Amino acid sequence: MKEARHITAPFDEATVRSLKAGDRVLLSGVICTGRDAAHKRFNDLLNAGKPLPVELRDQVIYFVGPCPAPPGKPIGSAGPTTSGRMDGWSPRLIAECGLRGMIGKGSRNAAVIEAMKKHGAVYFAATGGAGALIARCIRKCEAAAFPELGPEAVYRLEIKDFPLVVAIDAAGDSLYK
Amino acid sequence: MRTIEYKTIVEAAAALCGKAAFDLPDDVLAKLGECANAEQSELGIDFFNQYLENAKIASSEHMPLCQDTGFAVWFVSMGRDVVLDRGLIQDALNEGTAIGYKKFFLRKSIVSDPLFDRKNTFDNTPAIVHLVQTDGDRIKLTLAPKGGGSENMSALRMLKPSEGRAGVVKFVVDSVISAGGNPCPPTVVGVGIGGTMEMTSELAKRALLRNLGEPNPDPRYAELEQEILAKINASGVGPQGLGGAITSLAVHIEFHPCHLASLPVAVNLNCHAARHAEVTL
Repeated sequence: MKEARHITAPFDEATVRSLKAGDRVLLSGVICTGRDAAHKRFNDLLNAGKPLPVELRDQVIYFVGPCPAPPGKPIGSAGPTTSGRMDGWSPRLIAECGLRGMIGKGSRNAAVIEAMKKHGAVYFAATGGAGALIARCIRKCEAAAFPELGPEAVYRLEIKDFPLVVAIDAAGDSLYK
Repeated sequence: MRTIEYKTIVEAAAALCGKAAFDLPDDVLAKLGECANAEQSELGIDFFNQYLENAKIASSEHMPLCQDTGFAVWFVSMGRDVVLDRGLIQDALNEGTAIGYKKFFLRKSIVSDPLFDRKNTFDNTPAIVHLVQTDGDRIKLTLAPKGGGSENMSALRMLKPSEGRAGVVKFVVDSVISAGGNPCPPTVVGVGIGGTMEMTSELAKRALLRNLGEPNPDPRYAELEQEILAKINASGVGPQGLGGAITSLAVHIEFHPCHLASLPVAVNLNCHAARHAEVTL
């Protein structure tokens, strides 16, 4: 099997365009989290013409609702949630906010893939059901927005060698059948 | 008549919340080990090795196997010769759930109102309790924490009796394949056949509690389990939906008599982190 590529987030369009479906990636750097409730709030803020509480340009969003951090650890288990639930919101974040990458599990719809092709964004699959393993790659976690949402809040994560697979690339090629 | 203290139920329930979240049952671990050797896809083999590593970390560091520590679904068998010293068993289980989810740093995933408020209850209650009365003076508690991602891929259909065996096979196989990577394959497929609309769903969920791969005692249903499993795995959906030979680890069918006009079938999926824990008090 081909060696995994080491990539650091945030990253630019050229990096996105160099990633091909099937590539294994070890992602380091800084990413933010967000799932159903946070995406709805992002959308409401955009509708109201207000700024988002986090910068999304060239950033990666990880669809995750982590467990609370036990004593001595920065975060609890933190595996991906089903990405399809974010399909209604992702195209707008890619087109209007410059979102470059998404991490989740399961396939995406045609509108998301179209936006990824047009604006240059990549979709990574993390290993669903491996939350304890993934938590080891998260070095720091701090609340970035909407703390009242509990596990659905937006967190800023510092990660090191998070194992991912490019599931859908910016040319629209997909590993899902 | 034996009396058992309410607080004994609360404490046992709280402890099971941690055990179910951290310790993958031995039958599931053994199956994942077999699959790591049997899978053909390179990505798939990598995933199986990650699942095994994840289970080791979860158990040794008391980190949940999956961050979705689920809806607390309790199956309770209560002997007719045992009583609680006070209160109701469902209250004790709710109390134990709240204590366990807090004590073990598990995720609180329940929202108070499904449609309008959707506010987190922040203690993972209410739990769901299925209670049956049995002979004897013991209480058996089984906790099957149910994650949202796999539960969302459930399916129910009231088939026409004339659709028969072939109709059941097609409905179950199509349901699992169309779920794709969403329920974190490889999955365990629980199938309910017969009963009524609500009962066939409960049968599908109960089927997930069976030891992995243990066949239905009725050879006709055991053969059906094997046929459905082979068809699902021929689909190539694979681990995480990214291609491979192993989409499901097992198919478990439970059946019940049904109305002469009906053939209800339900599908309930568990991901590879097929969690359940039990205790007899």
